[in-house]
Amino acid sequence: MWDTIFPYLLSGISVGGQYALIAIGYTMVYGILRLINFAHGDVFMVAGIIMVYIAASGLPLWLCIPLVLLITVAVGFLIERAAYRPLRSAPRMSVMISAIGVSYMLQNLVLYITGGLNKQYPTIPGISDTVAIGAAKTKVVTVITPFLVIILVVALVMLINKTKIGMAMRAVSKDFETSQLMGIKINNVISMTFIIGSFLAGVGSILFFTNYPTVIQTSGAMPGLKAFVAAVFGGIGSIPGAVIGAFIIGIMENIIKGLDVILFKAGVISAPLGLATFSDAFSFALLIIILVVKPTGLFGEKVTDKV
Amino acid sequence: MKKLIALVLALMMLVPAFSVADDLPVIKIGVYEPASGDSGAGGKQETLGVQYANAKTPTVEIGGTTYKVELVMADNGSSTDKAPSAAQKLVSENVSVVLGSYGSGVSIAGSDYFKDANIPAIGLTCTNPQVTAGNSHYFRVCFLDPFQGTVLANYASKELGATTVYCLGELGNDYDQGLITYFKQAFEALGGMVIVDSFPTGTADFTSYLTNATGYNADVFFCPVSIAYSTQIIQQASAQGLEIAILGGDTLDSNVVADADKGTNVKVVITTFYQEGANAEFDEGFKAWLNENPDMMTNNGGNDVISAVSVMGYDGYYVALAALQAAGSTDGAAVMAALPSVEIDGVSGHIKFDETGDAVRTSAFVKTVNNETGEWQFVTEQTVD
Repeated sequence: MWDTIFPYLLSGISVGGQYALIAIGYTMVYGILRLINFAHGDVFMVAGIIMVYIAASGLPLWLCIPLVLLITVAVGFLIERAAYRPLRSAPRMSVMISAIGVSYMLQNLVLYITGGLNKQYPTIPGISDTVAIGAAKTKVVTVITPFLVIILVVALVMLINKTKIGMAMRAVSKDFETSQLMGIKINNVISMTFIIGSFLAGVGSILFFTNYPTVIQTSGAMPGLKAFVAAVFGGIGSIPGAVIGAFIIGIMENIIKGLDVILFKAGVISAPLGLATFSDAFSFALLIIILVVKPTGLFGEKVTDKV
Repeated sequence: MKKLIALVLALMMLVPAFSVADDLPVIKIGVYEPASGDSGAGGKQETLGVQYANAKTPTVEIGGTTYKVELVMADNGSSTDKAPSAAQKLVSENVSVVLGSYGSGVSIAGSDYFKDANIPAIGLTCTNPQVTAGNSHYFRVCFLDPFQGTVLANYASKELGATTVYCLGELGNDYDQGLITYFKQAFEALGGMVIVDSFPTGTADFTSYLTNATGYNADVFFCPVSIAYSTQIIQQASAQGLEIAILGGDTLDSNVVADADKGTNVKVVITTFYQEGANAEFDEGFKAWLNENPDMMTNNGGNDVISAVSVMGYDGYYVALAALQAAGSTDGAAVMAALPSVEIDGVSGHIKFDETGDAVRTSAFVKTVNNETGEWQFVTEQTVD
């Protein structure tokens, strides 16, 4: 029984970790700007494409990885500068439309550069190798992902709770206007948020595309959507919530993909039911149930409207 | 200043209008192919065949007048929601005949627009029966899925000795689901067991599906999916150490797929329309043309390996020219009336239409990837009794 479930669990933890890294970007930006940054999934995809082209240029790999992270951070920073900052005083809906625009722009830009052909992600020695865990075989990156996610999240939580910029972030997320009056340079705080979010999306993209090594312009859409669901599921604005939500979504969808086999082997059903088809439907149905029962998500703060 | 810029821009738009100066009258052939999306790679290779044929034979004599053939490209984006606007573009360009598309779903989605405008269409590699069934305007030069499914089922059962096959297709994709259905019918008739799963569009993580195949003790993993998905499946199968063969349809016949399988231990077997080496003259000419045009080489995936879809594009172009000549007119309706009786000796074999408008085909090529060199190898030419 355990041998049957284990490979699915492994896939779930791995993909959950990758969703988590993207979900943090969504949740942080929402926490501070009350903006759902629809372009975030595409920043993740762009990080993948940048890696493809940098690696193809012949640079050594130990140089490629930091360079990719650096460029991804720059992309995230520039998006905020060019598309969101000029709309700071505009209605929130305008910023959201702008985010959708940026998302399409990035996709079409990549479509133009790649010509719509799928690109092979470079093999990263060490983490691309195959490793056997019990009966299951997988890539090393699958095993590394959850640990790396935990390390990054702990570091991020420390940053937010222990440093001055972290304190500023917490203040801005509590009350935008008042913190501005208290002398916090909110533009710097917001830039910092985008830098952190893009950095994590960059790390996530390296892990994700090493596992699933084909990049096309729509590669960011589905992981982006799932990460967004994870962020809402965990309570948008809450970092631990996003991480836990991402792991739950990742594990759930993989278990459902394998539910037929699990039930079949346990002797519950005699013929496959075709449940794997509903893996996405289950994730989204789960989201609806959580939101009906607990509208703020698993760890979301209760917002009281001040009069 | 702004007015000046606007004036300059407006004048620039006029420039192309003057630069087109050719004494020959022009006949337009629509190329309705995906250049982006999941099937972008395949669509581009199919278009290459058409472009090569056009480069070789740029003019056609219709009713005593020599016309210059102009290809009008329309990107249907591999998706049924973008297909109508691509089809409408071709209709508004007044093309005489349409070639395409790679992917049966988009062909079906565009079909009615051509029908309403009285423009005949020639399907190059769309293998789903519904493309031509009940349509007098849609023709096709390749074999059909009921045939391909039977060939694959026979091969899996007799050559690979399979008793259980795990099938995986994209949800809502007419090509994948159709071929799987025909495969299932044929394979179950041979006494085997078939398990079918579907994945949602945009899936990148196929690890759990591969685990499913192992969990059911399947002997063959059948995935007639788009190139983008099949490369993912092959590479993840390699990482998981999948020991069973991956079987695919004509969509997998691409050097992109062969490259993905290079250096792995995964056995990939497919059925297709053409095998490189069957027509040396075409092979040499096509390769030379690719090597002369770096852009075309990029569209072919960066090397000069010939895809079967390019061959079908090439043959389709000559079928279209033959129809135009037979019609003696550039009018779509006349071409449509002439098409059923058109017969040509193409690179992929003799092409002749039956009463539905489908080419009569009796054999398919079976190919496999050489894991060391990353090249396609001929296995057998399979016929069905």
